[in-house]
Amino acid sequence: MRLTGAQALIKSLEMQGVEVIFGLPGGAILPVYDPLLDSSIRHILVRHEQGAGHAAEGYAHVTGRPGVAMVTSGPAATNVVTALADAYMDSIPLVMITGQVATSSIGTDAFQEADTTGITMSVTKHNWLITTAADIPRVIREAFHVATTGRPGPVLVDLPKDVSNQMMDWYWPDSVDLPGYKPTIKGHPKMISSAAKMILEARRPIIYAGGGIIRSGASKQLLELAELTGIPVVTTLMGRGCFPDRHPLCLGMPGMHGNYTAVTSMQKADLLITLGARFDDRVTGKVDGFAPYAKVIHVDIDPAELGKIRNPDVPIVGDLKQVIAEMVKELKKSKVELPDLLRPWLAQLRQWQEQFPLKYDQEFEGGPIKPQYVVERLRELTPLDAIVVSGVGQHQMWASQFWKFDHPNTWVNSGGLGTMGFAIPAAIGAKVGHPDKVVWAIDGDGCFQMTAQELVTATAERIPIKVAILNNAYLGMVRQWQEMFYSERYSEVYLSPDLPDYVKWAEAMGCVGMRVDDPGQVDVAIEKANQIVDRPVVIDFRTDTWEKVFPMVPSGASNDEIVVGPQNEGEQ
Amino acid sequence: MSSTNHGLVPIGSIRGVPRARHHVLSVLVENKAGVLARVAQLFSRRAYNIFSLAVAPTEDERFSRITIVVDVDSSPLEQITKQLHKLINVIKISEIDPVEAVEYELLLASVEVTTEQRSNLVELATIFGAKIVDVGFDRLTVMLADPPDKLDDFEDLLRQFKIVEVQRTGRVALAKLDRVPPNRARSQRGKAS
Repeated sequence: MRLTGAQALIKSLEMQGVEVIFGLPGGAILPVYDPLLDSSIRHILVRHEQGAGHAAEGYAHVTGRPGVAMVTSGPAATNVVTALADAYMDSIPLVMITGQVATSSIGTDAFQEADTTGITMSVTKHNWLITTAADIPRVIREAFHVATTGRPGPVLVDLPKDVSNQMMDWYWPDSVDLPGYKPTIKGHPKMISSAAKMILEARRPIIYAGGGIIRSGASKQLLELAELTGIPVVTTLMGRGCFPDRHPLCLGMPGMHGNYTAVTSMQKADLLITLGARFDDRVTGKVDGFAPYAKVIHVDIDPAELGKIRNPDVPIVGDLKQVIAEMVKELKKSKVELPDLLRPWLAQLRQWQEQFPLKYDQEFEGGPIKPQYVVERLRELTPLDAIVVSGVGQHQMWASQFWKFDHPNTWVNSGGLGTMGFAIPAAIGAKVGHPDKVVWAIDGDGCFQMTAQELVTATAERIPIKVAILNNAYLGMVRQWQEMFYSERYSEVYLSPDLPDYVKWAEAMGCVGMRVDDPGQVDVAIEKANQIVDRPVVIDFRTDTWEKVFPMVPSGASNDEIVVGPQNEGEQ
Repeated sequence: MSSTNHGLVPIGSIRGVPRARHHVLSVLVENKAGVLARVAQLFSRRAYNIFSLAVAPTEDERFSRITIVVDVDSSPLEQITKQLHKLINVIKISEIDPVEAVEYELLLASVEVTTEQRSNLVELATIFGAKIVDVGFDRLTVMLADPPDKLDDFEDLLRQFKIVEVQRTGRVALAKLDRVPPNRARSQRGKAS
């Protein structure tokens, strides 16, 4: 069968089971958009290429399948760099297809030319520049393989216009031949038995569970490990939902804005069972002062994570799903009744939880709406399996702290890169991935303004997401730092609550817009929004400008110096 | 290379990086466009300087071998090695211990000599086993292929003449071969990571 390169590309994507592409056409990718008309693949036309990237990420976050985005050359390719970097940091499987100028023009500064593979080299797991149409099926097969196996991540395929137009003989490769790429899946049995031994000897152990649990689909195994041993679990920002918050062994989020018990439990632990987490600086605080009494078991599929920040006593390279299952098997051989031995440790943790719960003060009559209250009410009034998406900043921390997570793959946020403006396009992608689930984007007013044009995409493509803007009229997290660490000298952080008019903005983009400035109306608005299923909804919640995220470990400080905040002061 | 220093430099004054921080990585990669850029980028991203670099195809034309001499402590080196491993085109990385390796490098130097100096230069070349590979009206080009420290010494001694240009290839290295039967001393050699 003779096909053009463009047809071969679309057919290859179909062979990979792609059901949706987020994209925006342009000159160099034009040939590919023609056979797309005849394909079963749904295309969602975004309004800015960055949105295509984040939407594909949102899709991948909630489905576990690779997100696919397609844009043209030059400025379109540079516009997706942020999404690629974001996906790289958070290990999101993403296949990005970019158009490129014709091979004869490469290197001549042609119109809309950029060195896309060069630019994206450090923010992709791998990238390919295709120079002949015959390579297309092989490269697409390799690209999906690399994106989804081992530690998942973004890949990019750069396709010159003349290659799209070139004829080729269609084939589909049976396998991939990448001699330098063989991820280790099975953990070393000797290491696993050392880990089991170490676990049985620990009396103040903590399971430090990260995003790797979600990428590996190992929530069930994690639950089994925790329940068998009685070891409490902290879930990192990327790992929220991998272990249910309502479980008595769940301690919640550690780190800079983690709760007192999660943070302090790691500081006092004698063993950290690190599963798919990477000792991020937002978790460790000052590394020298982090978990000073703890031995470390570190399981990760990426060998480069082991010993990068903290040297593990037991390093295990492998897929968490398998390694944890093996660990459980090993632990079951023992007669040690670990849950009994851990009783004093759990009692200590319980006492901290009672003494230092996450707290805020909502006055119902007259006072401003507390942002935490909005998150709590959203959680209360929305189904358990609802998906929540956030941008980056104060609202993200409140969402992570006060949303009670019940399922893996229901929390979508930009953890590693901290990309403001992530929420709306990512929520669109999440809703496309799970049209049956309620998707709430909890966004800040600063973030919202960065990518809100994608609400047009949501309306036009009938993707009814819901957006709760926690509008405090400031770049809130920066304002908080200026208040606390720059003597209240506020520099370029004020945004205004009314400019833009968020309700009009929403309506102009075909969404339902609402404004809430009274705590008593919060529930009414949320319930109304939850009933709207035919279009996107945006609620402008006017929240307390002066509310700060607590607890907080000041930047560069040890986690022992955690500040619990005014609501808990006097008790610390 | 400084061409203004014509004075005699004592033999054995090894320039460059101290031995302790000197690591040689032998990296087997797929022979494809852009692979060198991916490898080099990992070093530049962490602000590590590549001291020398040699790339050439291997006996199997699908692969190339990159020999990298890098000036870095051991612990960041381990991280670099692991990151290098993550590159899809990298097949295998061996850290080569200079003591346990055969290391060679090639030097070409064009030297300006007066008629009186000419025989001195030829004599120096003979002592080092270097070859005169080109002869001009008032210049000679000499070539020496030897272990890098010997090249350092030769280059130092050449400075008594007027060096016009020096070009070195950067070293290539292979682990030393076993001199005892297998399964006795093998694990000591060029540990693969």
